[in-house]
Amino acid sequence: MATLGARVSRFGLNAATIDVDALRRELEDPHCGAVVAFDGIVRDHHGGRAVSELRYEAYAAMAEREGQAIVDAALREFAVRRIIAEHRTGLLAIGEVAVHVGVAAAHRDAAFAACRFVIDQIKERVPIWKHEHYADGAAEWIHPD
Amino acid sequence: MRLQLRYFASLRDAAGSESENVEHAGDAASLYALLAARHGFALPQSRVRLAVNGAFVPWSQALHEGDEVVFLPPVSGG
Repeated sequence: MATLGARVSRFGLNAATIDVDALRRELEDPHCGAVVAFDGIVRDHHGGRAVSELRYEAYAAMAEREGQAIVDAALREFAVRRIIAEHRTGLLAIGEVAVHVGVAAAHRDAAFAACRFVIDQIKERVPIWKHEHYADGAAEWIHPD
Repeated sequence: MRLQLRYFASLRDAAGSESENVEHAGDAASLYALLAARHGFALPQSRVRLAVNGAFVPWSQALHEGDEVVFLPPVSGG
């Protein structure tokens, strides 16, 4: 068996483009037979309104700490070896990747479960806010109930 | 005690500022009520989470001189 690298968990904010291909390469591990990735993409509609672009604002120091705590917890709780997640900040166009979660594991069940856990936790508790800009010129902060 | 406040998202827009320093003797809930009245925050306290020095804390936690206090509106990342 090939020598195994260290297990990895990393969360970061990214003010530029998320390089999904580069992050995918960082998941390569000879012990892993499964890679699951989730990309959240900016879509052109929300609640029946046409969206033209988004801006994400973060409480950066806390967002990085909470995000890292989430991927660290996932690495402890699931039988996975590598978890890398990034979330965008700043202005995003339709079709851009807003958030990426990639997980590598020996087997697929754990990879799917860990990926789902990480994206759900990010949405629940990382202090990042979406400012939606609409085609009609209006803009709104999204504060889910 | 002197507290450093930072505002994000709709609360920043309502406050018209990213941060302010305040003198306050009471707890976080009374501070939020005071600031909500002053700045016209639309969110009730029940929808806001409290962060002190960059970590979630319960509203019952006591504040201390120099704390960075952030009232977090419901997050919408992802």
